[in-house]
Amino acid sequence: MDTIVTLLYYLLTAAIAVLLVRNFLKRKNWQEEVLYIIILIPFVLRLLRLK
Amino acid sequence: MIRKAGIAILGAVLSVFAGASFYRSRHLHEPVVLGPGVRKVVKLGDYFAPVKGTVNDANVYVLEGKEPGGTILLLGGTHPEEPAGRLAAWIFAENAVIARGRILVILSANRSATTVTRLGGAYPPDFTIPTAWGGQTFRMGDRWSNPLDQWPDPEVYLHYPTRQELAYVDIRNLNRAFPGRPNGTLTERTCFAITELIRREKVDIAIDFHEAELQYPVISTIVAHEKGADLAAAASMFISSMEGFSIGVENSPKALRGLSHREIGDATDAISLLLEAPEPFLDATRGRTNRALLLTGKDEFVVRAGKRGLLFEKIDENGWPIDVRVGRHTSTVLQLLEIWSADHADKAVEVSGVPRYGEVIGKGTGAFLKDPKTAAPAKLVYE
Repeated sequence: MDTIVTLLYYLLTAAIAVLLVRNFLKRKNWQEEVLYIIILIPFVLRLLRLK
Repeated sequence: MIRKAGIAILGAVLSVFAGASFYRSRHLHEPVVLGPGVRKVVKLGDYFAPVKGTVNDANVYVLEGKEPGGTILLLGGTHPEEPAGRLAAWIFAENAVIARGRILVILSANRSATTVTRLGGAYPPDFTIPTAWGGQTFRMGDRWSNPLDQWPDPEVYLHYPTRQELAYVDIRNLNRAFPGRPNGTLTERTCFAITELIRREKVDIAIDFHEAELQYPVISTIVAHEKGADLAAAASMFISSMEGFSIGVENSPKALRGLSHREIGDATDAISLLLEAPEPFLDATRGRTNRALLLTGKDEFVVRAGKRGLLFEKIDENGWPIDVRVGRHTSTVLQLLEIWSADHADKAVEVSGVPRYGEVIGKGTGAFLKDPKTAAPAKLVYE
């Protein structure tokens, strides 16, 4: 059961990362683009199992 | 488009640098040179198969004398961010000579917790103890298992088997998960494996090394299960009169579950004790959380807190150096063993080669760490 929940959390992390990338691509303001990229980093590091 | 690409590349570069730092920290190898007392090194997974091959399949160093006697377990790294405990255990593994009985040493009781630092805590990833041969670097570690090994945390953590409600994050705290659950989380399974080890090896005394912030009332003390109250009290008196420092005794509370000093004593035949030394690095009012603070224990803000009566332990400009904290642990164990052996001739544990408080302060902790570069390959293992 714990393994399934963990897997679901990784899927949620991936989904949020995709949304962050999509929003990054939609932005017109460079400050918002930087913001989305910085927010994306911990999601990427978790998906890569680095942090 | 060019701007977006530039920002994306910047993000990628930051991710690579951060990721490389985290990877290096998680995979830093810590050498252990097997001391003269070590007869064999087994794994925690040998006592409970579901832990086998996991990040928490810790090394168990078996130190044994020629004469039969009692069995002592030393637990280092229950909370790896309290490094004096791991270092004291390291000194036993690399230096102890056993004449009678056995000492089982675990240096990384929660190995997963050694591979991560406090999220948002700005901890250094590692620290180095200076030695005559250059220095030995250790992983900094955290209080809790790495979320990469156990994730997510529940909304509420119910301790097993009592169902006492504890802080949600403490589901990854080894010292809130004893006696462990065989089909539980990694942390609970690790506790179960340690409890199984204690049962199968017929451990007489389990000693869990810790450090505490000065704002925490349980500090500079031996926390004792009622089975070990007399032993702890006698050790406290001898230490205070002979070793050059004072240490108190606290009764293990029956109402707070999951702690080693309570659950090991309840679940096994062993006497369970927990040692606390002062670590200003952990205080909430500390300044910069860096390697210097970890090793010197000097912090002007913690000193100010002390002047305002907010602390449960004294502190001045000399701080609480790592050598003082390690020496407290080694001397306390040696006193406990001497008193235990005097009262239990058939279960005596006689040990030499381990420095006491004054010697650790005089020579430094590094003087008792062995150079892995000059060790025979058969004598070298890694944590």
